[in-house]
Order: sequence, then structure tokens, then C-alpha cells
Amino acid sequence: MSRKRTAALVGNPNAGKSALFNALTGARQKIANYPGVTVERKAGRLTLPSGEPVELIDLPGSYSFDAASPDEEVTRKVIHGEFDGEALPDVIVLVIDAANLEQHLVFAQEVLELGRPTVVALNMVDLAERDGLVLDPAALSEALGVPVVPTVAVRRKGLTDLAAAIAEAETHADEEAHTRWHITLPERRLAAKHIARGAILSKSARHTVENGADRILLNPWIGPVILFGLLFVIFQAVFAWATPFADALEGGVGVISSAVVDTMPSSFVRDFLTEGVLAGVGSVVVFLPQIVILFFFILIMEATGYMARAAFLMDRLMAGVGLSGKSFIPLLSSFACAIPGIMATRSIPDAKDRLTTILVAPLMTCSARLPVYAVIIAAVIPSTTIGPGIGLQGLVLFALYLAGIVGAMVVALVLRHSVAKGAASGFIMEMPRYQLPRLKDLAIGLWQRAWVFLRRAGTIIFMVTIALWLMLSFPKAEPGESQMDASVAGMIASGLHPVLEPIGFNREMSLALVPAMAAREVAVSALATTYAVDASDEDVAAEGVTDRIAASWSLPTALAFLAWFVFAPQCISTIAVARRETNGWKWPAFMVGYLFVLAYVFAGLTFWIATALGL
Amino acid sequence: MTLDGFDHEKTARIVAVNWTALAEDEGKRLKALGVDEGAEVAVIHRGIFGTRDPIAIRIGRMTIALRRSHALAIEVEPA
Repeated sequence: MSRKRTAALVGNPNAGKSALFNALTGARQKIANYPGVTVERKAGRLTLPSGEPVELIDLPGSYSFDAASPDEEVTRKVIHGEFDGEALPDVIVLVIDAANLEQHLVFAQEVLELGRPTVVALNMVDLAERDGLVLDPAALSEALGVPVVPTVAVRRKGLTDLAAAIAEAETHADEEAHTRWHITLPERRLAAKHIARGAILSKSARHTVENGADRILLNPWIGPVILFGLLFVIFQAVFAWATPFADALEGGVGVISSAVVDTMPSSFVRDFLTEGVLAGVGSVVVFLPQIVILFFFILIMEATGYMARAAFLMDRLMAGVGLSGKSFIPLLSSFACAIPGIMATRSIPDAKDRLTTILVAPLMTCSARLPVYAVIIAAVIPSTTIGPGIGLQGLVLFALYLAGIVGAMVVALVLRHSVAKGAASGFIMEMPRYQLPRLKDLAIGLWQRAWVFLRRAGTIIFMVTIALWLMLSFPKAEPGESQMDASVAGMIASGLHPVLEPIGFNREMSLALVPAMAAREVAVSALATTYAVDASDEDVAAEGVTDRIAASWSLPTALAFLAWFVFAPQCISTIAVARRETNGWKWPAFMVGYLFVLAYVFAGLTFWIATALGL
Repeated sequence: MTLDGFDHEKTARIVAVNWTALAEDEGKRLKALGVDEGAEVAVIHRGIFGTRDPIAIRIGRMTIALRRSHALAIEVEPA
């Protein structure tokens, strides 16, 4: 056989397919403890014990081949060989949750009916043990007529045996399969019950951990308080915990900048390094600690299984605006970044529901806004406490996140009664079992997020900032004229300023918004570079962008800028992914339009009200 | 009696499901999760005060969240 052999991972949602995929191929696909994490087909390379490579395909979880949502449809197509440009997989690796045999065996039978060479990975046997289940893989193998390998994907157990079974599988395709099954769903369910009963040697108390924890976390009174309190703590921590690290990074950038000024003669190259690279890109990089802390909490919520509980608690609120708890997970992912958030909407079955979720996803406060918020807050909001352990800065940050959430809810309500009108959608979701996150997975997840942030700083943010620096630096100012006034960028700013002046924006802010279309963090690096070019060399080393803002912006102006970023769709990648997911320019154009209008109106309202109040 | 009004944490047997009252994809999803005639379920959590929506039920070894509007379409009897 000349073609490379392929094997596909199939199974119910949250069976651990992606964890198994990562363990077998060394890939680092996103894994988390809730159903619907994987929404696309992903391929990786698995090396068999013989040394032969196999293409391993990770697929979205599925309850049935009778697909109810776009992600399930992908799985159905791949397994039936109907996926464009892809041959029928040679081997199916059926992933079954050992602690939930009876349910997972229903879809398993549907897969086995295909009569394809199949291997069963009996995954999460450790959790089954925790639940008091003792299983007999041999009995299960006998009943299903295919090899069964016990595995614990996240702890890398059973992988060698599974790889060996995959290598073996193709040599003995199951001829019996066609004659054995093809039965109705109730019959399948009955069979699943019998097979499960035969494979379970003993069982004791069930669901003990879940019952105890959920009694508190899903309690109608305490549950929402805990969720709200947790979110509150996260935003406090983003400021409080990050401060020493951020100060150290900022100090480091300052030291390097001083060293460059001291050692290099005044020149174009020196200005490029100090004003463009260090002041500009450096001003974004110092927010790495905040980003890491935010993701630390998000990853823990995802890995433990609490995320699905949060969806349960939020469903009522979502129902009020015509969405469901199903939309909650994509929206929560959008706190990290709207791009995976918008992609995660593929697990939403209802088309109107999905469209609404895509359109409001950019209102969730993504991590790219964090540097913008943090730099402005640090500059204009005093670092005082207004109660035991409650910092004013953290509180303002929390309020900005809330503003985004409230904005999204109101917009969703309007959309569901206008352009995305439709029947109220429901909420049906499996609650995953609680799991302890593995430290290594947490570390890898954090490292990936930190790396993405730094790579953005080194590529898109770097390039846009340098382009801005060049436009700010030329043509050179005549003696007595300010460099900003003389430059190309200054002229652009002067052209744009009249439009933004009514809502309180100064010229530097107006200018910063242009390159920030590429990515929101650029607003920070753009302001930093603008102020650096405008300042004398000594000031550049001594003063960061925060000090410049504190010295030159009024409070209403700063608050208006924050309000602008709650809404403004300043991210090219988000617009591009919205185009891809809605198959056209109509909805992204609508999205960008309504968000800019909201940004302008709310920045204006904030400015006028704050001015009227005499802030 | 519907599942919505059934006693908390008491096991109920589903006698009928009014599939026409459910959206097509929701019916599919419930069936796939085993919520169908003959299944034994128990309401174990009720949502936030006021409307008490959504609810969580236990079926087999799973916990499933659904809306009260779904539970109203599920006819049950004491198991």
C-alpha cells in the first residue's frame, strides 16, 4: 500500500478524544472538561510500534450520526468517506468513557455497525475507579467483537497497547459486523445496557463527588454568588498579583532603554530602538503577567468541569435575551479571544442562535483589550482600596468586563427580535464529571497562551508599530515645530481628530485608533511610540506611557477611551473569522458597523456625563 | 404528570415524550442522551430562584441540564 494509512478518533463528546490525540501524536490541541471543545477535524502523525507512520484524525464528539449541529456533521462526513479531499479512514479508534459505558455504548454500536476495522479505547478508567466501578475489558471486547484497550489519556496510560491494537486492526476487518447489528435506537439502548452490565464487575456509590460539589455550586442561591465572586477575584488578581512582575518587566525595559541611549550615539537606529521597539512593543509585552493570570483561571475553570456549571447558572440570563447556555461557552471562550469563541459556535445547533452568538462574541472582553484597559486604568484610576481586599483598579476592570457582558446581552436581545428572529432556543447539555487538572497540562496551556501573546507582540504589533513610528518620524520637523505636527502620521491624526473630538478624544488617541484596527493592543504601543517620538531622549528612558497619560489626559477623556474599547471591533482577524463562519461579507459588515456606532455613542456618553459630573 | 412537576431527587420513569412540542434538533439531542420512553430519571438540581430554570436531571451515570420547557414535554410516573 503506497497511501499513508489513516485512523480516526470517534466517540461521544467529552470522552477524551483530543486528550488521546495529543498523547498519541505529541500534538497540543486544546483539551478541556466540557462537551464540544473540538469543533473541527485535526490531523496528526502517530508512529506505530513498527515505526510505520499513521495519520491520526481527531474529530468533534458526536452523540449520533444523525447530526444535530455543524460540528457533528463533520464527524459524520469523515467517517462515511464523504468529507471533501479525504479518503475513508482505514481504522476507527472508538473512544468510550469508562465511567459512562451505558451511554457511550449507544453511539459505539452505531459506529460498529459500519463494519470498519475498529479499536476501542476504554478511556478514563481512573475516573471509573474513582466512581467505584470495576470493569472487565475482556468481557467488553468479547461483547463488541473488537479489541478493547483501557487508557487514561491525560496520564499517558495504555498508549503503547492502543498503538499496537491500531497496527493490528486493519489485518482483521470484522466480517461479522454486517450481520450482527443494524437495529433501532431503543434496541441499541437495551443492548448497551446489557453489554455494560456484563462489563461491570462491581460498582459502589455513584456520583458522590458530583453530588456533593454540585449541591453547593449549582445551588440556586449560593451558586450564582460563588460564580460572581470567582469572576470578581479573577479581576482583582489580574491587577494585584501581576503588579510585581509587571513592574519588574517595565523596569527591565527601562534599563535596556537607558543602556541603549547611553551607549549609542544619537541616530536613526537609536531612535528606532528606543521609540519604536522598546517604548512601543515593550509597552505591550509588560502585560504578559496579566495575560498569564487571566488564562490561569480560565484554564482551571475549563479543566475542572466548572465551566459547564457556569453555563448552567448563566442559562437563565441567556434565556432572557433569546439565547441559551449553549452560547455561554463560546462567549466565555471569547474572554480569551473572539476567534476561538466564534469557532466554538459550531456546536450550537440552531442557526439563528449561532449567528447571534457570532455577532455578539466581539463584545466579550478579549485578552487583547487587557493591555489597553490596564494601561489607562493604571494611569488615571488611583491604586486605593475601597474595602478589605477590594482594589479600586480591579473594580473598574471588573466593571468594564460587566459592561461588555451587559452590552452583548442587550444586543443579542435586539438581534433576536430583528435580524436573527426565531423561536427561543433551548439548552440541553451534559454536565461533565469534575476532574483535577493535571499541572503539566495547565503549564502547557499557559505556555501556549503566553507564546501566542509574545508572538503577536513580535509580529503584527511590532510591524504595525514600526510602520507608525516611521510615519511619525518623517518628514523631520523644522526647528521650533513639534515632530508630531510635521509628520505624516500627525497629518492623518489632524484629519481624523475633528470626528473624534466631540467624544473627548485627543489627537494622540485619534491616531492610535488607526493602527489598532490590526489588533487592539496596538493602541497601547501606538500611544507609547507617539509619546516617545514627541518627547526628548531623556524623557523616553525615564517616563513610560502610563506616566504620559496620567499627566496629559483628563479623567473624562480616559474613561471615554475605555468605553470605546468595550465596543470597537478593532481586530482584523475577528472580522476575517466572522466572514469565514458566516460564508460572506454581509454579517461581518453588519457586525463592524453596529460595533463602531456603539463605540462612538458610548464613548461620547461617557465623556459628556463624566464632564457634566465634573470628574 | 410531567417531569417538571415531579418530586426532587425521586426516581421517575418516562412514560411518554411529546416530541412535537420539541424543536427537531433538541428532540434528537434528548434521544441521543437517552431521554426517551422507559428511561429512569430524577431531577437533582433546579436553576436560579424565580423561574427555577434550567434543571439538571440524573439519567444513568450522567447529569444533563435542560430547560423546564423540555421537562414539560416529558410525561413520567413514579418508578
